Amino acid sequence: MATQTPAPSRASGAPREGAAFNLLSQGFLWLWSLLVIVPVVWIVLTSFKTTRQIAADPLGLPETLHWQNYASAWTNGNIGAYFLNTLQVMVFSITGTMLLGAMAAYVIARYSFPGSRVIYFGFAAGMMFPVFLALFPLFKTLQNVALLNTYTGLVLVYIAYSLPFTVFFLTAFFRTLPTGVAEAAIVDGAGHYRLFFQVMLPMARPGLIAITIFNIIGQWNQFLLPLVLMGRNPDDAVISQGLANLALRQGYEGDPGALFAGTVMAMIPIFIAYVLFQRQIQAGLTAGAIK
Amino acid sequence: MKHGRYPFILSFLALPVGLYAWLVILPFAQAFQISLTDWSGSSNSFDYIGFDNYVNLFKDERLVLPALRHTGIILVVLPVVTIALGLFFAFMLNLGGRSRQGRIEGVAGSKFHKVVYFFPQVLSVAIIGILWKQVYAPENFGGLITGAMTAVGLPAPVNGFLADKRFVLAAVIAVLVWSAVGFYLVFFSSAMASIPRDLYEAAVIDGAGRFQMFFRITLPLLWDSVQTAWIYLSIVALDVFVLVYMMTPERGGPDGASEVVGGVIWKYAFNHGEQAFASAVGVVLFFAALTLAVVSLRFGRREQIEF
Repeated sequence: MATQTPAPSRASGAPREGAAFNLLSQGFLWLWSLLVIVPVVWIVLTSFKTTRQIAADPLGLPETLHWQNYASAWTNGNIGAYFLNTLQVMVFSITGTMLLGAMAAYVIARYSFPGSRVIYFGFAAGMMFPVFLALFPLFKTLQNVALLNTYTGLVLVYIAYSLPFTVFFLTAFFRTLPTGVAEAAIVDGAGHYRLFFQVMLPMARPGLIAITIFNIIGQWNQFLLPLVLMGRNPDDAVISQGLANLALRQGYEGDPGALFAGTVMAMIPIFIAYVLFQRQIQAGLTAGAIK
Repeated sequence: MKHGRYPFILSFLALPVGLYAWLVILPFAQAFQISLTDWSGSSNSFDYIGFDNYVNLFKDERLVLPALRHTGIILVVLPVVTIALGLFFAFMLNLGGRSRQGRIEGVAGSKFHKVVYFFPQVLSVAIIGILWKQVYAPENFGGLITGAMTAVGLPAPVNGFLADKRFVLAAVIAVLVWSAVGFYLVFFSSAMASIPRDLYEAAVIDGAGRFQMFFRITLPLLWDSVQTAWIYLSIVALDVFVLVYMMTPERGGPDGASEVVGGVIWKYAFNHGEQAFASAVGVVLFFAALTLAVVSLRFGRREQIEF
């Protein structure tokens, strides 16, 4: 009780200035929220308008719900196929990234061997490389082994480019795990492989989940790599690349409604996942940034 | 347990390290090598020409020099604005509320704001590009801002914001800030969570206002996080291209008014068939990123405060 006595005396002096500041900052906080919400809601509304209404009445509500846009985006715009393509790639690329990343990180974190620091910094440095620099040599590399314009090639590239952050983050995570459990398992006669798959991996679950979410979002949104490496056949495009194609075609076909419908469709799964898992996503995306 | 140790380590490292070396390290190394040649990228013949590409790129007034200027502007504006907004929002949402009975908490509605602010971070650049291109569109294409400006009687740019040399770069930077702020809000929030509350409570008892709390306690204790954010945002700024590719006319226009270094690399490599020159520009970008990181780590370091 004694610690709270000064509070009333302060409250009597400061509130007026505090109230003005409160109002101002509250106003600004809401303004930024609107800045995020308004464009997104507006594009959803726009996706239900006819081409004529989009141009003539940008601020109004849709006259009727023009579902035609969605049908056209799904069939003519191929959005459905792009979804499947992306899933098909990511099932393998995410599994591969997590498996290879965890293996490398585990060995770097828990075993001391010559060269381990070099390997660790080699991976960590990869986070800083500007990807443009590698695009063309990468294109040639895949071309030489006939993996250009194949999903296999794209999966391998996704894995390779997701490894730096995954290894960096998981190494830190494996280091924090207690040694006691591992020692007990060794006493019980577990070998290196069993120790990893049956003891360490389950213990690392929180870290693995965080970084899996990070990689899913990162690879789902990947744009530059598929643009260069999967450029030949438009039907094979992944989702963000497909949307970009749609945006390009909309320029001369003049069907903006279908483009916005496609954009909204691409947003829906992300939106649902975000609402359901926003805590984990925020934690996962920022976790690596915090040492 | 000693036995089988090295075979185990090798078996776990071979695939990840091999794949990484083949698809990441090697292409980067090749880019350095290519930058010293006159290779077009399509033929198999090339000669080594030393550092000619590097000398020439600083004479390229059509693409490279404007791009360096624009990327330089982004490099300053994006981190400053994003970090300032991120810190302000994080402070308000975590500590800025009225102190009830001496307890410090965020303002009302903080949870809602946090969820909303972060959302752009999970959208792909393709979606963000399409969305904002339409928001900035000219009035006769149904743009949101131009439409709203006309509705209240303000003169809107006839061709929209992206086809106007005066606005295009600012418009692109605004979208970059829009999509990044939420991440840094959450990033700074988790750093603020590790500052002990009794520091603030003691400050309140001593009669400190929110400004003093922010500048005397929060900011000094968050210095490391600000520095990390600075490096991240600098790298983001140097790599800006996809938004420009998606949103602007001629992928860097109008008249090169939104040309950025990434875009110039793209154009020389994939449109002009001057692979060696493009690689040289990329190498310059790489060293710029490296220098920035080293410099800010070295000179930004302050005394560690233990708490």
